[in-house]
Amino acid sequence: MVSIRSIPSRPGSLSPNDLPWIIQHREDRCTLCGKCAAVCPVNTLKLTYMRKRMPKIVLNSSERGSSFKTFVGIRQNTDVGRRCIGCGSCAMVCPNEAIGPVFNENDRYRFQATAGGDATKRGGRRNEPGGSLLDRIIFNRISMLTDPALDAGRHEFAYNTLLGRVLPPEEYVRRKLSGEWIPPVREIFPFIIGSMSFGALSPNMWLGLLQGVAYCNEVLGIPVVMATGEGGCPPWVLRSPFLKYIILQVASGYFGWDEIIRAIPEMQCDPAAIEIKYGQGAKPGDGGLLMWFKVSKLIARLRGVPEGVDLPSPPVHQTLYSIEESVMKMIQSMSMAWNFKVPVYPKISGSTSAKSVLNNLVRNPYASALMIDGIDGGTGAAYDISLNATGHPIASNVRDCYLDLCKQGKQNEIPIFAAGGVGKNGNVVQNALALIMLGASGVHMGKFIMQSAAGCLGSEKNRCNVCNVGICPKGITSQNPKIYRRLDPDDVAHRLVETFQAIQVEVKKVMAPLGRSQSLPIGMSDALGIADKDAADRLNIRYVC
Amino acid sequence: MCRLAMKTASETFSPFTVLEAMESMQEGYDGSGLGLLLRGLEFSDYKYQAGDPILSGIAHTPEALHRLNAIMDGKGFELKYDHEFEVKRSMIEAQDRHKYVLRVYAQPKAWDSFSKDEVEGELMMTRIGLRLDGAAHGDDLTAFSLWPDVAMIKEVGWPLEIGQAFGLNNDRIKSRICFAQGRQNTNYGINLYACHPFFIQGVATMTNGENTAFVPIMDWLSGKSFPGYMGYQSDSEVFAHILHYVTKQLKLPLQAYKHVMTPLNNKELAAHPQGDFLLGLRNVCRRLIIDGPNAVIGSLPDETCLLVMDAKKLRPATVGGKPGEWAVASEICGVDAMIPDRDRSKDFQPMREHTVIIPPDRQELEIWSQFDQFPLVQAA
Repeated sequence: MVSIRSIPSRPGSLSPNDLPWIIQHREDRCTLCGKCAAVCPVNTLKLTYMRKRMPKIVLNSSERGSSFKTFVGIRQNTDVGRRCIGCGSCAMVCPNEAIGPVFNENDRYRFQATAGGDATKRGGRRNEPGGSLLDRIIFNRISMLTDPALDAGRHEFAYNTLLGRVLPPEEYVRRKLSGEWIPPVREIFPFIIGSMSFGALSPNMWLGLLQGVAYCNEVLGIPVVMATGEGGCPPWVLRSPFLKYIILQVASGYFGWDEIIRAIPEMQCDPAAIEIKYGQGAKPGDGGLLMWFKVSKLIARLRGVPEGVDLPSPPVHQTLYSIEESVMKMIQSMSMAWNFKVPVYPKISGSTSAKSVLNNLVRNPYASALMIDGIDGGTGAAYDISLNATGHPIASNVRDCYLDLCKQGKQNEIPIFAAGGVGKNGNVVQNALALIMLGASGVHMGKFIMQSAAGCLGSEKNRCNVCNVGICPKGITSQNPKIYRRLDPDDVAHRLVETFQAIQVEVKKVMAPLGRSQSLPIGMSDALGIADKDAADRLNIRYVC
Repeated sequence: MCRLAMKTASETFSPFTVLEAMESMQEGYDGSGLGLLLRGLEFSDYKYQAGDPILSGIAHTPEALHRLNAIMDGKGFELKYDHEFEVKRSMIEAQDRHKYVLRVYAQPKAWDSFSKDEVEGELMMTRIGLRLDGAAHGDDLTAFSLWPDVAMIKEVGWPLEIGQAFGLNNDRIKSRICFAQGRQNTNYGINLYACHPFFIQGVATMTNGENTAFVPIMDWLSGKSFPGYMGYQSDSEVFAHILHYVTKQLKLPLQAYKHVMTPLNNKELAAHPQGDFLLGLRNVCRRLIIDGPNAVIGSLPDETCLLVMDAKKLRPATVGGKPGEWAVASEICGVDAMIPDRDRSKDFQPMREHTVIIPPDRQELEIWSQFDQFPLVQAA
C-alpha cells in the first residue's frame, strides 16, 4: 500500500471522469497532427509522452517478461479553468475522427467551480435541457369541413406586426382631422433579432447579421429588424441607410451613446426604434457585462473607455429616482431626440411585477411597446445562479399582461414583445406563434439566431458557453481577430437569410390550417392547446389530450 | 356554412318570398336555425307609426312574459300593438315557447327631452336589460331587437317550415327589407342568439362562413366598454358590431367598413390617393381585420343595404335585381327565386375590394371599390 501523502489528492482535485465533458481519444486513428490541441479554445488538450507495457510471450518457450514502449498521447487537463467545455472543436478539425468530447452526467466539477471565491460565471443560456413549455403548445383549431384550410403555398399571407404606439381609432380619426401628432409605428417582421451588442458579438458576426438583415429587407421584402444591445454600433452604420433596420438600445451604462448622439445630425434615416433596457431575462437585476477579455481597441473606442477593463453596467439607470420617473423621462427624452418620429420602448426582465410596468406605460402617451425577456433568455456573461434560477418564464408573463390589456381594451395600443427561450430547442416558429397567440405582437430571438446563422455550439448541457471570456471557438463572440476571422460575414448573412426564409414558410404552414391569412393571429388563444391541465388553466387555453 | 338571402324593395312584400328563396339553397343548411330581420314594416291589422320602437323576442314562460311586461312598464313604454302570430306549434321543434313577442310601443315620455344618441342608448340598454334578465332566469326570456321599424324572428328548424309555422305566408306582415339566414350549425351550440342576423342600434348583418379571427376581434370589442358589444354566441356577430363601430362610433362613411375589415396591402395603399389615412386606419383598427371566408350582408337604419366579401373571397355572393327591387343571396339560385324577372346579365358578384351599396331609393346599385377615393375629404 502506498502512503496517503503520495496520492495527489486535494479537495479540489478532479480526475478526467469528474469533468462535465470527457475527451475520448482513439490512438489507433490519431496521426499526431496536433490540430486538435491547436484549436482547443481552453487548451485542455495536452500532448504528452506516455509509457506502456507490452507483455512478452513466446509460445515455444517458457520465457516470460515485458517490454516497455514510449508513445505520444493526449491528456485532458483537469484544472477547473482549463476543463473541456465540450465545444467539439477538436472533433471538427480532426482528419481521422480520432477525438471528441462526450457528456458526463456524473461530473463533480460543479462543486469545485468556485475556485478563488467567486461564483461561477459564463455566457450562454439557462442550463435546463429538455422540452420547454412553449415546445408543448400546439395549434389545434384547424379549419376543416366547415371552412377549408388555406393553401400555404398559394395564398397570400399578411403576417407583419406593428412596433409603436397605436392610438385608439377614435383618437386617430380626431388627430388626423385636426392635423395633430400621430405616434410613429413601424411595420416589421414579427421575428426580431434580439439585443446582442457590438462587443458581445464579434465584428464579423455583427456585420454578417446586418448584411443578412439588409438583404431580407431590400431583396426579399421581409422587414426584419435587429436590436443592437448596449454598446452602440460602428460609426459608419449610424450614418448609413441601414440604420432603419436597427433598434438602438440604451442601457444603464450608456455605452456607445456618445457616438450615437454625435451621429444624429448626420443620420440618413431614423433607426427602427429605441429600446431602453431596464432588465434582461438571463440576469434580472444585473446590468450588462462585457468582461475585459473582449474590450478590444475597437470596442474601447466605440464605448469611450480604456482597453482591457471590465465593463459592468449598473443594475439600474443611476440618474433616475424611480421607475415611473425613469420610464417617463427616458422615453420622452429619447422620443424628443428623434423629433417624435422613432418608437421608444422599455425592455424588462420577466417578472411578477411586469403588469405594473405595463400599466405605467399605458398611461404614458410616448411609450411604444413593452418588451419582456423571460428566464430562458441568453446572455454574453452572467452568474450561473442568475442564468439558471432568477427570472420569470415568459409564457404566463406575456399572457397575464395581454389579458390585462384586453380588460382595458388597449391590446392594440401597446404591443407586447416576448423573448426568452424562443427557439431554445430549434422550434422557433412553434414557440413564437404560441407566444403571439397568447398575446405577444412579436418575439425577439438571440441564441437561436447565433445557432442557426453562425453555428453557435452552446447548449443547455453547459456545452461551450464561454461567450464571456472571448474565446468563442466559432468566432461569434470573440474580439480576438485570430479567432473571429474564422467566421466569414458572408456566410453569416447567407445563413441568416435562409433562416428567415424558412421561418416565413413555417409561419404560413401554421397559419394556413388555422384559416388565418389576413393578419398575424395575435391573441388567437382559441387555436392553442396543451396536454397539461395546470398549464392550460394558467394560460387560459384549451387542455387537450 | 350558412345560406343567406336578402331582398329589398320599394314596395312591401311578404317575408315568405325570401323563405322560398332559402328553399332553393337548401343544400347549404341543416335546419339548426332560421333568422329573419324585417325592416320597413307594414301590418295588415295595424297602422305602424314611424319612430315607435318595436320589441322582438321570445318569452319562454308566462313568468318571463310577466317580467317583460314589468320591465317595459317600469321604463315607461306604452304598448300600442301586440302582434299575435298564428303559430302552428306542431311544426316547431322547441317546446318552451310561451309567446313570440312582436310588439310596438310608444317611447317613454321621459325620453322626449333626450338627444337622438341618448334615445338610441336607452333602447339598446333596455334590450340588453331584457336579455340579461332572461339569462338570470335560466334563459327564459330572449330579446332580439328593440328598435323602430325592425322586427326579428329566430327559431330552430327548417326555414320554410318555420315560415309556415309562423303563418308568414298569410300577408299579415310585410316589409321593404327582409333578411333570412338558414343556419349551418358549426362550432357553437344551437342557441337562438347565435342565429343571424345580428342587430345593434339599427345596424344589422348576416354572414356565411366562419370567422377564424373571431376571438381576437371579440376580445377587442369587449374591451371597448360599450354595453352593446356583448353576446358573441356566434363568431359572425362581430361583423355587425364592426359595422356599428365604424359608422356609429367612429362616424366614418359606410365605405370605411371594408377598409377596416379587409384593408388594402402596403403596395395598394402606396398607390391610393388617401393611402396615408388608410394606412393609419389599418393600424388602429388592426384587431378588427377579419379572416373569412365570408360574405357579409348588412343594412342600416336608413334602409341602405350592403354586401361585402372577405379578402379571400372564398364565399361568393350575388346581387341582382332591377330598379326598385334588389336581391342578394349566397347562391345565384337564391336571387333567381326572389327576383326571377330581372336582367341576369347585370347580376354582380363583388370581388374582394368591392362594397355593393343599395341606397334607400333602390334605383341603382353603387359598386364602390377600395381602390377608389375615400369619400371623407377632410380625413385625407
